[in-house]
Parts: sequence; C-alpha cells; structure tokens
Amino acid sequence: MASKKMEALGSVVERVLGDKLVSSTLALDELTIVCKAADLITVATTLRDHAELSFEQLIDLCGMDYSAYRDEPWDGPRFAVVYHLLSLKHNLRIRLRVFAEDDSFPLLASVNPVWNAANWFEREAFDLFGIVFEGHPDLRRILTDYGFVGHPFRKDFPLSGHVEMRYDPTQQRVIYQPVTIEPREITPRIIREENYGG
Amino acid sequence: MAEIRNYTLNFGPQHPAAHGVLRLVLELDGEVIQRADPHIGLLHRGTEKLAESKTFIQSLPYMDRLDYVSMMCNEHAYCLAIEKLLQIEVPLRAQYIRVMFAEITRILNHLLWIGAHAIDIGAMTMFLYAFREREDLMDCYEAVSGARMHAAYFRPGGVYRDLPDSMPQYTVSKIKNAKELARLNEGRKGSMLDFIDDFTKRFPTYVDEYETLLTDNRIWKQRTVGIGVVSPERAKNLGFSGPMLRGSGIEWDLRKKQPYDVYDRLDFDIPVGKGGDSYDRYLVRVEEMRQSNRIIQQCVAWLRANPGPVITDNHKVAPPSREGMKSNMEDLIHHFKLFTEGMHVPEGEAYAAVEHPKGEFGIYLVSDGANKPYRLKIRAPGFAHLAALNEMATGHMIADVVAIIGTQDIVFGEIDR
Repeated sequence: MASKKMEALGSVVERVLGDKLVSSTLALDELTIVCKAADLITVATTLRDHAELSFEQLIDLCGMDYSAYRDEPWDGPRFAVVYHLLSLKHNLRIRLRVFAEDDSFPLLASVNPVWNAANWFEREAFDLFGIVFEGHPDLRRILTDYGFVGHPFRKDFPLSGHVEMRYDPTQQRVIYQPVTIEPREITPRIIREENYGG
Repeated sequence: MAEIRNYTLNFGPQHPAAHGVLRLVLELDGEVIQRADPHIGLLHRGTEKLAESKTFIQSLPYMDRLDYVSMMCNEHAYCLAIEKLLQIEVPLRAQYIRVMFAEITRILNHLLWIGAHAIDIGAMTMFLYAFREREDLMDCYEAVSGARMHAAYFRPGGVYRDLPDSMPQYTVSKIKNAKELARLNEGRKGSMLDFIDDFTKRFPTYVDEYETLLTDNRIWKQRTVGIGVVSPERAKNLGFSGPMLRGSGIEWDLRKKQPYDVYDRLDFDIPVGKGGDSYDRYLVRVEEMRQSNRIIQQCVAWLRANPGPVITDNHKVAPPSREGMKSNMEDLIHHFKLFTEGMHVPEGEAYAAVEHPKGEFGIYLVSDGANKPYRLKIRAPGFAHLAALNEMATGHMIADVVAIIGTQDIVFGEIDR
C-alpha cells in the first residue's frame, strides 16, 4: 500500500543522510526515520535545506515515554521525541524520532534555531515529560499550574495526580492537599494475541 | 529627568477579548508592545493522558471538547487516524456525510470567529447576525446527533446514524405568535437535507450582508489593514497552517493537497491572501465560508441520490444493528465485546491531519495492540499560532493585541487540551 512517492522519499533520505540514519521504516504510507541524538541538529538542518527534501515546516513535536510499551519491560532508551515535518514544496510528510540517551536526565538539542515553531512544542514536551532541550531560549513549564511538581505524562505518573486543590475556610485561602480519590480502572487494558477471535 | 520604565500589564484570564482563558503578560513602552508573553494551560484537562486510560470509542467525545466551536472536525481527524491504523474502508455515503458536516462545522466556526473578532474591535452587529445563522446550523447538529455542540457523531468506520427524515419544529410559546412560527418553521417542513439545501440557498445573501458591514468599512480597515503582518517565510517557519498560512499568500489546503474522504470528488477553490495582515485573513475566511457553502450543496445533491450504509459492517469496529442484536447470537456477542472491551487497534503509529477551520489539526496515534491508545498526541493549529503572538504583536499598539488575538481565531479548548 506504500505509494511510489513515499518509496522515492525513502531512498532520497537514505542517500542524503547516509550513515546519520539509524533506521527508516515505511508503514501505512508514512515514513519514519530515526537518528542519533548527537546528529539531531545536522539531520534537522539537512531535512529543511536539502532541495529534494525541503521540509520547511515543523508541524508537530511531541514527547514519548516508552516505559510501559506492550506492558512489558522496555529494552532501550525510555524517552523519545517525535518530530512531524511537512514539505509544502514537495507535498510530503516525514516523521523523525530521536531517543534521549539518558533515562534519568533526558537531554536533546533544541531545534528552535531550525524551526521557530519548536519553541512552545519543546516547552510542552519539557513540561509533560521532563525532556530537557539544550539551547532552548525560554524553557519554562507551559500547560501545568504555576509551581507544579512532576511531569504528568510520564507513564509512572498516576492519572489522578498527587495533589488536589480546595478552599480552606479556616485559613481563608485555596490550599493543596494530597489527593483523596482512588484511581480506578473501569475497562482494563488488554493486549490480545495475534488473530484473537478470528 | 524622570526615569522612564516599561509598564507591565496583565491581560486576562478573565477578559472578554481573551477568547477564553488567555493570560497575557504585556510589557509596554507607553502604548507600544515590547513583549507579549501568553500564559496558557488554564484549561488544561490532560485529554491526551485521559485517552490513554480509555478505549478508543470512549475518548471520542473528548474530541468535541478540544476545539469546542468546531466539534465535528476534531472527531474527523481522530476517526481518520484510527481508520488508518485499522485499515478499514468507510462507506461512501458516510464519507459524504462527514464532509458535509465538516463544512457545516467550518461555517459554524467562521461565523463565531467573525462575530467575536468584530465585537472585539468595535462592531457589535456582526455578533448578532452571526449567531442568527449559527442557530440554524446548530439545529442540524441537534437533528443528526441529539446534541447542539458536543455531537460525538463521527465514529471510526463511518457516522453514528443516517440523516433524519424530518427536522424538529418550533412550537408555540409566549414570545412566538402564529405568524412568527410559520416563518420559523417554513424551511423545516421536509427532511434534513431539504433544510440544509434551503440554508445553502439563503447563506450567500447573509455573507453579502456581512461584507457590506465590514469589507469596505473604514473603521474595520483601520483596525485590520497592516496589523499582524506575517511574511510567507515566517509563516512557514512558525508552523502556521490553514487561513493563517493562506492569508500570507501560500496556497496550501489539505483538502486539495492531501485529500481525505471525498474531498477529491468535490469542486471548490482555495482563497489566498496577498499581504499577510489581519484584513487578508478576514477576506480569506469570508471566502472560505462561500466555498464551504458550495461543497455542502454538492454533498446534499449526492446524498439525495445515493442511499446506502453509513457505517462499516466490520463489527469489530462498529456495532451491529439493533434488530440483529435481538435475533442473532453473534451480533449480540459483537455488541457486548465492543462496548465492554472495545476494539483492538493493530500495533503501529499513524498521523492523520484534517483541514480544520483553524488550520491543520492532526492526531498522532501510537497503538501497541491494546484496546486503548498507547499515546495520543493532538496537534492543535491554535497552539502554533498563539506561540507566534509575541512576534506578531511586538511593535504594535496595545489595542491591536485584541485584533491579533481575534485574527488568530484562538480557542482554548484545543490549545490547552
């Protein structure tokens, strides 16, 4: 089902990036490439500037936490950042995935100088996953509350959070307290074996 | 000589022109903006995290609550992403219904935008006019799904049910006499398609009315021409999409360039701006309303002539019919499994994007083969647009900030997610 266009893109990317390319997969007519964290800026700049690629738009940037993938212990780096790029000139999309090498302090270079759109997207990935972007001009939390502790989209962060907020009549102000609700799972998460139920 | 210092102004989060819950910290030199720092996240509900603990169908209604003025377009992207991973075929009639409602949603969104944008910069009448037309379209939402706003009508594999044969009627009340009732119910005698058809015939005149109020209006032009100019190069680099990109003169529309559903069978044009200012974006959006109207007319004509199924018959994805469930063991089991355990989406990742009224709305879905998504990322167009507010507003006067927020068509449901 892969179209000729995407196959052609795959070979162009392979030729242009050469040994900087760790892997390239074509699935569901979408090309996913993986590169090393150290090569990120070079790869990003090449993807943007090479005449046959010219991915001039960063459509999306998001963090990923693979630690609970398939409910099995994950072998490999835990955090990754996924970049979705769009070339208006050639009408092509590509997905770039970069794993952060250190699980305890995930660190990647900021692609802000390549695509200015990355600014808020990187702040979001930092806020929700705790991935640090080196060279980002203003790496503050963006979506969570002022003074929030933790990174809520990590798989080990509970859905109900750690603290809740309420008005305290004696102190006459809003206070934080540990959550009083129990997280419950109504529909269990199930992974079925291949060809389950025909 | 007195020391001159910059003045810091806190705009919002409870300001009528903040379009929801935008807190904007403005650094001013006199009345000129030096820096605009939007603080977002006041409406953050963690939709993406919530979706990880819900089955695929259970998180569908969350999509309505993202951009709560273009509900069905959000559902559209979500359904397309799931369908891409499942690799299922959607019946043609369902695709036409979806496209028709996506365009109705686009008109709904642009009507709210034109009303809110105009009232922000001083034109009261537009708001009232726009809400008059929105009422008719909301009735279409209600007739088809039962809800005026949060429809949950699009489903993976098609749409929830076929279009109804009748439209709800207005009834007598204290404020509506018989003559008024007859006028209101005039277009509602036939089926829903008749009602939509009647609306599309009336709508171009309404758009003309809006244009007589605004397009050549001196105040409107003074407030929008040359405000928030974005060059094509900057628009690309800042990740703009939709009318924000087209206003800067780049001809790019996913409905044409990467068509999904039946957009490649329909005839419509892409309006493109020239100068990249707020006025051009206004013109682009007004023309988009006219083009959406054309698309709806084509869909109505096709839907009239072609009855058929509106959801896939793959019962691993869509529920079987009620009659089947009452008489057929297998259908009963399918129904039970689908609504307790949910569907299993094959392992993989997919990105599906639609031309949302605000720009490119994308859903990046990672599945590890379970009945729930492993990761769902919502690419909201407004997020990239609001990120550029600092660049667009710097150097303008404080009153222009409101015009720039208006021209970006900001809705916090999708930005904060």
